[in-house]
Amino acid sequence: MTATLTPPANPEAVDLRGHGQPVVDKAFRWVLFLCLFVGIAFLAILLAYVTIKGWPRLDSRLWTNMPSIRRPEQAGAESAIFGTLWVIGFTALFALPIGFMSAIYLEEYAKPTSRFARFVEVNIQNLAAVPSIVYGILGLAIFARALALGQTVITAGLTLALLVLPVIIVATREALRAVPQNIRHGSLALGATQWQTTWHQTMPAAIPGMATGTILALSRAIGEAAPLLLLGAVTFISFNPTGPFSAYTTLPIQIYNWTRESREEFQVLASATIVLLLVILLAMNAVAILIRNKTQKRW
Amino acid sequence: MSEIHDPNAPQATSDLANTGRMDVSAVLGEERGTPLDDAIPQVVFDLNNVRVFYGDFQAVRDVTMQIGRHEITAFIGPSGCGKSTLLRSFNRMNDLIPGARVEGLLAYHGYNIYAPDVDPIEVRRRIGMVFQKPNVFPKSIYENVAYGPKVNGMKVNMDDLVEECLTRAALWDEVKDDLKKSAYALSGGQQQRLVIARCIAVKPEVILMDEPCASLDPIATAKIEDLMKQLAADYTIVIVTHNMQQAARVSDRTAFFTADVDAEGVRHGRLVEYGPTRRIFTSPKDPRTEDYISGRFG
Amino acid sequence: MTTASSAPGGLNPLRQTKPRYGEAIIKGVLVLAATVSLFTTFGIVISVLIPSLEFFGEISLGEFLFTTTWTPLFANPQYGVLPLVMGTLVITLIAIAVAIPLGLGSAIYLSEYASPRARRVLKPTLEVLAGIPTVVFGFFALEFITQVVLVNIFPGIQVFNALSAGLVMGIMIIPTIASLSEDAMAAVPGGLRDGAYALGATKRQTALRVVIPAALSGIVAAFVLGISRAIGETMIVTIAAGLQPNMTLNPLEGMQTMTSYIAAAGAGDVATGSIEYKSIFAVGLLLFVITFVMNMISIRLVRRYRQAYQ
Repeated sequence: MTATLTPPANPEAVDLRGHGQPVVDKAFRWVLFLCLFVGIAFLAILLAYVTIKGWPRLDSRLWTNMPSIRRPEQAGAESAIFGTLWVIGFTALFALPIGFMSAIYLEEYAKPTSRFARFVEVNIQNLAAVPSIVYGILGLAIFARALALGQTVITAGLTLALLVLPVIIVATREALRAVPQNIRHGSLALGATQWQTTWHQTMPAAIPGMATGTILALSRAIGEAAPLLLLGAVTFISFNPTGPFSAYTTLPIQIYNWTRESREEFQVLASATIVLLLVILLAMNAVAILIRNKTQKRW
Repeated sequence: MSEIHDPNAPQATSDLANTGRMDVSAVLGEERGTPLDDAIPQVVFDLNNVRVFYGDFQAVRDVTMQIGRHEITAFIGPSGCGKSTLLRSFNRMNDLIPGARVEGLLAYHGYNIYAPDVDPIEVRRRIGMVFQKPNVFPKSIYENVAYGPKVNGMKVNMDDLVEECLTRAALWDEVKDDLKKSAYALSGGQQQRLVIARCIAVKPEVILMDEPCASLDPIATAKIEDLMKQLAADYTIVIVTHNMQQAARVSDRTAFFTADVDAEGVRHGRLVEYGPTRRIFTSPKDPRTEDYISGRFG
Repeated sequence: MTTASSAPGGLNPLRQTKPRYGEAIIKGVLVLAATVSLFTTFGIVISVLIPSLEFFGEISLGEFLFTTTWTPLFANPQYGVLPLVMGTLVITLIAIAVAIPLGLGSAIYLSEYASPRARRVLKPTLEVLAGIPTVVFGFFALEFITQVVLVNIFPGIQVFNALSAGLVMGIMIIPTIASLSEDAMAAVPGGLRDGAYALGATKRQTALRVVIPAALSGIVAAFVLGISRAIGETMIVTIAAGLQPNMTLNPLEGMQTMTSYIAAAGAGDVATGSIEYKSIFAVGLLLFVITFVMNMISIRLVRRYRQAYQ
């Protein structure tokens, strides 16, 4: 059998070639890409600018010398590096246990119908978006003055802990939620209690996700400066903290202090310190991504 | 069509290709050799008007039945007939679903499982469960088996117990050199036998199996079925299955469930017929059972 | 009936054999941990409210909210908060003028156009922006955007100005808006898109007329949250916009915002109990109330789109 193709009466009607507004569509796509490109280009320029500007000071003076107002060529950020370590150590000490426990309560224990749990949940969502300077006010009024902890490492640690608590809770809940329900059921069906199930099965399975979220939360705390402005970090500190009740400064605060100096050497120093801070944050993010990739898709 | 329940012509249904029906009479379990009548010699579970609800929705309508000791009881029926739901109320796994509740009397050796002073954890220690998807823990093979005894505070020689349970689950020979390996390295069928080993390690009296072979290939399925028959000497087994041939092969008694659709189009499970497997498959009393096992429905 | 079916005597073997105090204690501790976040909110409210009430005992609410001179350091201090609100408003407007189009555009591109592979690279790259400390943005705004870029465009611009702070803040907020908007668009059921394509709509028409309207409440939530972040941002404005209260709309001038006032006054050595100390909390209260209202609106909107598509 041979079929003959009859030409359609109206060739226009079956024209399948693209028509309409291809130019507009193409332009639209380019505009969208440009939107994305602006952000990424900005990031690239920022990184290039601080690296080039800070390059002359990216040497051991930065981490082995103390800040100095009078001799910028000798100034370093040692006290800020140690201050950051101390403050973040206390932040982790307070925020991790409370964050993990809150998340376990909300995800593993609370019934979906519990009004208390829903209230806590909305509260956490709101806290996540409260401006960081407001946490500074809280730290100033409650920790520094009412509890008389003063402008110390521990005040800063407690304040930043409350600041990152919502981030840790949200990330931990996500990690717990990713553990398949049938692991829990398998454990409970053996006569394990709720806590045994959580402790022996759910949490170990969620640890990679919890670690990732925790690292990201702490890296946020490391970069945070605003609340610490109210908590005494701006004072000139040329010694390393010696304990929880020591005065302190941190890297972001040290950067801020140097931006306020008019001499160009200090701007170079600020750039070098920014590079150092960004390298630390980048390393933390890389670790987080590594953990995530290494443990992805186990079930 | 009367071939299946016609006692004079038990072989008459075998032409699967022509009738599109399965030949269940050919696979009826012979080894178990249990001659059963309707009376159950030793009762483990005694259900009296058991109803299961999810919130306002009634998933299972009044079920009255008894489950016999050291027997294999199969629950069969189409999807949504409430058989898994009912099974999960035997060890209070339904407690984990918000809004689920059980009414009526569900007694275990005469004790109401849903009495207020009953501890679901004690219930689950005595009544183990094997799930549809092999849910091994993301730990080593050894730790999977040792977990139950450990959390239950059993004072035992753990190495011996692990070996004993893996042997009973017909898995020891395959894994004895790899006890430290992750359980995830096992095949699906091996994982399911590991779950059974894990379950018997806490020395339960009953093992509930919720479609244990649904995700397995025929060879792995055959191994699990053999295992079930062996375990029935010491354990009471209740199995939910979609596979009628499996029910016919392994079970002593079969309960057929179906779903009623009410005026609003909501499905409610109900027990249609319950009796010795041989009778259910050869001479069902209820036409719905006959339709189902002869493949006309579901 | 058979042997074991009648209720036997004796204690129910299924009852709890030993009390599990540990389980109860653990649950108690977990609940307690969860209440820490409630106490945080409570602590914030208390710590801004009490000094604020004292503040309003000395300065009337009307004077605070409706007068236009903010000179707490003068011999004869005046506490009209409007210049700070104006500064916040101008900088926030600049920021959202940058962030909303760029953030939404990025979100549409990532959600509707980018190949999965491109998306895997572009999205995390964009999110790196969200991880840059704000003090770094502030430094960049002052040193580069103002002193390298803007001085060449606007020769009369002040060293500290609202424009550079607003522009950089806008870039900072892009990931917030892009990521939340994209979530909302991803939640739009594929069937809606297929329906549009089946009617012969182009990608652009589908995105603009189907996906965006369907995801609107989530997108608006992203905008609201972005605005809330702009209002609450401190370091960029403190570094780049100057610390001079300035009742003006001219973005080329320096101005002080609510946040940068709190930061500057709080960083100084103010005596507890002085009116200046209390003014920090009064401005903090205003800031908290504004951002709280916006956050609640955003949370509601997100919940609405989640309910619509689940």
